[in-house]
Amino acid sequence: MSILVNKDTKVIVQGFTGKEGTFHAEQCLAYGTKIVGGVTPNKGGQVHLGQPVFNTVAEAVKTTGATVSMIFVPPAFVGDAVMEAAEAGIELAVIITEGAPVKDMQMAKAHATKHGMKTLGPNCPGIITAEECKIGIMPGMIFKKGNVGLISKSGTLTYEGTNQVVQAGYGITTAIGIGGDPIIGLSYNQILPMFEADPDTKCIVMIGEIGGDLEIQAAKLIKEQITKPVVAFIAGQTAPKGKTMGHAGAIVSGSAGTAKEKMEALEAAGVKVVVSPADIGKAVAEMMAKI
Amino acid sequence: MNIHEYQAKQVFAKYDVPVPKGIMVESVDAAVEAAKELGGPVWVVKAQIHAGGRGLGGGVKLAKTLDEVRELADEILGMTLVTHQTDAAGKLVQKLYIEDGADIKDEFYLSVVLDRKLEMPLIMASTEGGMNIEDVAENTPEKIITIPVDPAIGFQGFHGRKLAFGLGITDKAEQKKIISFAQKLFKLYMENDAEMIEINPLVRTGSGDFIALDGKMGFDNSALGRQPQIAEMRDFSEEDADEVEAAKYGLSYVALDGEIGCMVNGAGLAMGTMDTINHMGGTPANFLDVGGSANAETVAKGFEIILKNPNVKAIFVNIFGGIVRCDRIANGIIEATKITDVNVPVIVRLDGTNAPEAAIILKNANISNLIVGDDLGDGAAKAVAAAKGN
Repeated sequence: MSILVNKDTKVIVQGFTGKEGTFHAEQCLAYGTKIVGGVTPNKGGQVHLGQPVFNTVAEAVKTTGATVSMIFVPPAFVGDAVMEAAEAGIELAVIITEGAPVKDMQMAKAHATKHGMKTLGPNCPGIITAEECKIGIMPGMIFKKGNVGLISKSGTLTYEGTNQVVQAGYGITTAIGIGGDPIIGLSYNQILPMFEADPDTKCIVMIGEIGGDLEIQAAKLIKEQITKPVVAFIAGQTAPKGKTMGHAGAIVSGSAGTAKEKMEALEAAGVKVVVSPADIGKAVAEMMAKI
Repeated sequence: MNIHEYQAKQVFAKYDVPVPKGIMVESVDAAVEAAKELGGPVWVVKAQIHAGGRGLGGGVKLAKTLDEVRELADEILGMTLVTHQTDAAGKLVQKLYIEDGADIKDEFYLSVVLDRKLEMPLIMASTEGGMNIEDVAENTPEKIITIPVDPAIGFQGFHGRKLAFGLGITDKAEQKKIISFAQKLFKLYMENDAEMIEINPLVRTGSGDFIALDGKMGFDNSALGRQPQIAEMRDFSEEDADEVEAAKYGLSYVALDGEIGCMVNGAGLAMGTMDTINHMGGTPANFLDVGGSANAETVAKGFEIILKNPNVKAIFVNIFGGIVRCDRIANGIIEATKITDVNVPVIVRLDGTNAPEAAIILKNANISNLIVGDDLGDGAAKAVAAAKGN
């Protein structure tokens, strides 16, 4: 078992024939992901990476039965692409593109919600169910199958966290990068209950960072609904106040959204909070030993 | 991206949001000329820097004669303003805004920001204008009105009524004016891809008009491509020169005051690396995210920027390659040692995509002050030890 995606998930790629789309779709295919086609306007009818290309998402869905779309279109077209996917009946859009205007994402997310489509990202590494299905840009070879679910705002900390888990002798059910932009799709509070319900996931690693209050909301939910052990790391304990550290989401303003505040809230919810990503593996081992 | 008050007011004026008349100047003589042109009888001399709290810091003053304008312009231009929104070093005042004085009856606060939880813009208003709004939120939160506006429906009549009644504005003509003011402000927020607009104070004049006495605007950097007129307003002199230089190469750099230079891929891992160094008793000298398209040239540039900082005693390169290929980083490190004098120990931890190839490249290069870190913990520990001279 896993969450959201598995070896049978049919995936299309929006922005299939572009440089990024091509490179990463190829990697996903090599990993075993069932990519059944792609969309590039005016290239419908062509075959790319051995898969059919369509002009619209609606055609692609109708012909292939795809339920998930991986989006690689340029930033200015992300909002449009997400809304098209939503109306075409896609169930989950995984938005990899970095730099989508925030206003576009407000519109697109509202439209996706209206059509019952889940979104991940933008500006995220994607989602991977170990040894079954990779939808995104993560280095597939580090994701060994196992019993730990992982959620992270940061892309590279998804890899670091996974590596920690694997080096400690465990593996991953599903790992998800939710992205750190101001407007994002699925977040901790939608994904944590999925891991709670997944029988194969025994322990959850949650990686957050400064800015916003998603981790504080997650702490509340964990206290009320999550019975599985959770290990958490919050990046940015040493970030200076008022400075942006790369992600639009990582802005500390006043007392809201500091690492300290988030770590305390998670600790109070019974989460094992580590001070460095280098301690994630050890903490997971400790939790798994207790089960 | 932030802009100056005088620029924000230009944007306001384009949308018929009432602002006092004013002229931006960069010299004392020009300040006096501007005052003459505006006519008086009173003027406000205002420091233009990208930070709030200018008034309390002595950067905003009232002049009643042209001589006073000259005196104040001379005093404020070239001063270093330290406010609660700047760092301890403060900001150098290089521009002034000379503005008509206004007949102030009372002061309000009005802003538009993105509410991340509701995922839509939020209008915030308060009768406590002219104060530090963080303090109002802390001490008297009931005095702040919040009005979320769903962009799908836009600014409606009920939003306006909530604002007018919330601010206790009872005169019907005044209600109309404040509602129209907020409506225009919301329109310009949406049309210009603003991230934040703040007017503090927004004043009611003796004749019942509402005027933006101050104006701050920040924009969504991701949308600047389709907002060329806004992008043109960028004032690089308000930004850190090294950060601007780094950005040209796709590097995200922030200087800090520690001893260990950091070069990492991804903002999250970069912060996590700084946190790890800190917990091991070291101090990070900077935040540096090499981004997803790092190559030999950008890595070499990163070294150059890190080494400009004389406090740097060791450099920790921590890369977990996903899109970033470790062999390219390794080549960049070798390149950097050729073109810059890397005179401090460099601790390198490369993991992920093409890490084995990278290890071979570094081994063959045989660089004397290069130390390999096996993982994040090991690399950070070695960097901390190296910075201490061990």
